[in-house]
Amino acid sequence: MSLIEEIDFGTPASKSTTMVTLTIDGNEVTVPEGTSIMRAAMDAGHQIPKLCATDMVDAFGSCRLCVVEIEGRAGTPASCTTPVMNGLVVHTQSERLKKLRKGVMELYISDHPLDCLTCGANGDCELQDMAGAVGLREVRYGYEGENHVFAKTNGEINAAWMPKDESNPYFTYDPSKCIVCSRCVRACEEVQGTFALTISGRGFDSRVSPGMSESFLGSECVSCGACVQACPTATLTEKSVIEIGQPEHSVVTTCAYCGVGCAFKAEMRGEEVVRMVPYKDGKANRGHSCVKGRFAWGYTNHKERILNPMIRERIEDPWREVSWDEAFSFAAAKMRGIQKKYGRDAIGGITSSRCTNEETYLVQKLIRAGFGNNNVDTCARVCHSPTGYGLATTFGTSAGTQDFDSVEDTDVVVIIGANPASAHPVFASRLKKRLRQGAKLIVIDPRRTEMVDSPHVKALHLPLLPGTNVAVMTALAHVIVTEGLVNEAFVRERCDWSEFEEWAAFVAQPNNSPEATAILTGVDPKALREAARLYATGGNGAIYYGLGVTEHSQGSTTVIAIANLAMATGNIGRPGVGVNPLRGQNNVQGSCDMGSFPHELPGYRHIAGDAVREQFEAMWEVKLNPEPGLRIPNMFDAAIEGTFMGLYVQGEDILQSDPNTTHVVAALSAMECVIVHDLFLNETANYAHVFLPGSSFLEKDGTFTNAERRIQRVRKVMSPKNGMADWEVTIALAKAMGFEMNYSHPSEIMDEIAALTPTFAGVSYAKLDELGSVQWPCNEKAPEGTPVMHIDGFVRGKGKFVVTEYVATDERTGPRFPLLLTTGRILSQYNVGAQTRRTENVIWHAEDRLEIHPHDAEQRGVRDGDWVRLTSRAGETTLRAEITDRVSPGVVYTTFHHPDTQANVITTDYSDWATNCPEYKVTAVQISPSNGPSDWQKSYDAQARQSRRIVPAEAAE
Amino acid sequence: MSSPDRLVYMANQIGTFFRSQGHDKAVPGIADHIKKFWDPRMKRAIFAHLEAGGAGLEPNVLEALTALKQTTSLPEAH
Repeated sequence: MSLIEEIDFGTPASKSTTMVTLTIDGNEVTVPEGTSIMRAAMDAGHQIPKLCATDMVDAFGSCRLCVVEIEGRAGTPASCTTPVMNGLVVHTQSERLKKLRKGVMELYISDHPLDCLTCGANGDCELQDMAGAVGLREVRYGYEGENHVFAKTNGEINAAWMPKDESNPYFTYDPSKCIVCSRCVRACEEVQGTFALTISGRGFDSRVSPGMSESFLGSECVSCGACVQACPTATLTEKSVIEIGQPEHSVVTTCAYCGVGCAFKAEMRGEEVVRMVPYKDGKANRGHSCVKGRFAWGYTNHKERILNPMIRERIEDPWREVSWDEAFSFAAAKMRGIQKKYGRDAIGGITSSRCTNEETYLVQKLIRAGFGNNNVDTCARVCHSPTGYGLATTFGTSAGTQDFDSVEDTDVVVIIGANPASAHPVFASRLKKRLRQGAKLIVIDPRRTEMVDSPHVKALHLPLLPGTNVAVMTALAHVIVTEGLVNEAFVRERCDWSEFEEWAAFVAQPNNSPEATAILTGVDPKALREAARLYATGGNGAIYYGLGVTEHSQGSTTVIAIANLAMATGNIGRPGVGVNPLRGQNNVQGSCDMGSFPHELPGYRHIAGDAVREQFEAMWEVKLNPEPGLRIPNMFDAAIEGTFMGLYVQGEDILQSDPNTTHVVAALSAMECVIVHDLFLNETANYAHVFLPGSSFLEKDGTFTNAERRIQRVRKVMSPKNGMADWEVTIALAKAMGFEMNYSHPSEIMDEIAALTPTFAGVSYAKLDELGSVQWPCNEKAPEGTPVMHIDGFVRGKGKFVVTEYVATDERTGPRFPLLLTTGRILSQYNVGAQTRRTENVIWHAEDRLEIHPHDAEQRGVRDGDWVRLTSRAGETTLRAEITDRVSPGVVYTTFHHPDTQANVITTDYSDWATNCPEYKVTAVQISPSNGPSDWQKSYDAQARQSRRIVPAEAAE
Repeated sequence: MSSPDRLVYMANQIGTFFRSQGHDKAVPGIADHIKKFWDPRMKRAIFAHLEAGGAGLEPNVLEALTALKQTTSLPEAH
């Protein structure tokens, strides 16, 4: 194993299909038109010296080190900014070029510290490499003159010197080492799209400046790391590299945060991670990253991580550390005891959307085959289960239709109920790049999110009232149908025509017009009409949506309405279009694919289907129950009723993440055995009897499937700190319960999945190693996977239009609860925060805050930063207010990253009609000034402290 | 599941979605949905509620459940 060195071609690849042939240093080279001479030379294996060029950003032509000679042309053009042409004859080395380059390097080095041996970039410095490449042997100018290097020159304070900026927790900015190549500035603009950096001053005064000469932390910087990656010197360096030193080997793996699924190189020294660097060949991220994946992996060795199994009889007892064997036999005896006492269906489990496909598959297998029932569900229940129902109904399969590359061909982007800039940042960057090229953006969201208004991006924003998605979607359809914008040829060829006619007649009814529904939705009818026309006629239209669509009592109806719109306008079945659910967690797609829902076996096939079930019965050598099992909310109801008494939860904090916390507490408290399998004593563990320590994504092999259906490898880079990978823990628990599963490596689990699941038939670890990743369906028909779905026809045959009638949620505002609360995420934190709260990311978001409009705040006497009491019909909590007009009057907003706020004390039991996905996004609330934590918060905190006591195992005598 | 109120609420929610498709599509649609997604104890409880008169169930839902009950044989609770 060695360090994976990716070739830097100097300038980005050209997409042209016209080929051009030229001669470089006597070799004939053929490359696409639009390629730079620098890149063409690198293609031929000749590396032209360079400093300001790197292939992540466009050529800039400032360092003048990459000069070349071209026969028949005057001067020495920069090879990075000079495109290839047929018949050019280029020389990359000559006496004149050598002299020029040496002169350039001499000037650079005359204003650069010579502390190479103790420099953080030692061994990974392009400036050092170039000095070597051009044969620099002396600097005739000396180092004593005007410079940026020394704090004092000749005993006097040097005004040009700037101290290090160490404000960012993950990287340092050392201006004394800066060569002002502006690669960082361009990476921030072109790759990330934040425009936080600039070059201030001119000539010798030029400096890299975050914001208006602020600190990195104080500026708009979002800490994505693109500038650090782009920097050719030690100016921007990871603090971990400064502390540890350069890595010696690296392994390609997949980020364990959001559903974008960025590929990273884990750069290692032994079993210690030195840094995570986004991998250029990663097809989801194309070499980009965000603050979470790039930097926030410190939770994996946080002091609060639990490494020993623990048990207790009652949740009032302290935890007792025990051996793995004792923990497994204790858990098995409890679970089998419950089944004996209450019946076979009285236990179940929850698979994790953070664990690998293989681990998820094993947990559902344990439940279906080992427990003997189908009481398996997953956290997708509370996020994207309506996507499963809605897209399966209309298109025939539960998955996004595109790959992320597709956005490069999109002309009109519609974002509904999602905030990719916070929750799917790398996709947001790719999207913004396309928007800066001229694509149009429509945002349908109650809040003016970062996507609505960001540098060089101005969206058409439809700020609807929470809970009125279906009315808005149907009004969009109304405009498309009544203004004759339907793509009739597409609908006639690809969809069921009579169902279309029925749907068209419904949406055309006057009561579905933007004007008639405006009173419900609060959306300006003119803007809505403009949006409908733009989507239907603006070229390739693509819809991206998130939990603002699904987490409603009409979540599934909205998904169906979205599918209807895409079909009516013909925006399905080619690059640039489609319906794309942005998945929340790294493996939500995978956990759904792997049969985590109680009614479905892997590959979305209903458990009642005899033929499919019999295949599984034959492979697993056990009879399966043909009736669907309980969904998570049903499990809670059944627990309170007394018929569901044991639960195995892998990698999921249901107490913090599920709605109506009081109800969840009641359900968990009623159970006789709760097994939590996790990295930390999460909130659910406060009510658990068995704790099985988990392993992080760095400590195991497996695969994750991202929001584009892309299956990617997760590779082990260190031994599990707890001693066992999660898949091994599940196998051992199953064995203790008398159900044997024999696998020696996760690849064998994938082979079983492939054998049983037609859409995975062609997937194997060998193929993933060969291709890097594949998007399912991957089988005989599509051996290399399927980037775009429904190309020649829908999976179900004809696309199905379904009527979507708007029905107001029963969660209503009134005199007692006049405001609507909606919830969401912030960039630096992830989900319930179990991981990110245990990293330096807390510097950006140390607590949940309540966003409230100035008008509502003034009425209640609330000032910015005040403690406020937030009350709903379900419960109350307190948190601090942030006064902002990002939310409309009547709407308040908060995040749910911190257990001491526990936003879900407030959310209610209402759920999606089809899937029971909770209605997180609409809660009627009231707000009043407060002095501090509510009684509930105090008692919760006391219980949590009591519950987390641990009695260590006694040392063996 | 001892709370028939909650199951009645859920069943009526399903009924409301199918309402706009007209009676003839709605009734089998509701029945199919409950058949596919409800666990046996939920089905047993709603059928028991149906036998007790089905108070609170919307007409389409009542009809769908009556039809579903006739074609469903659930395993004994164990």
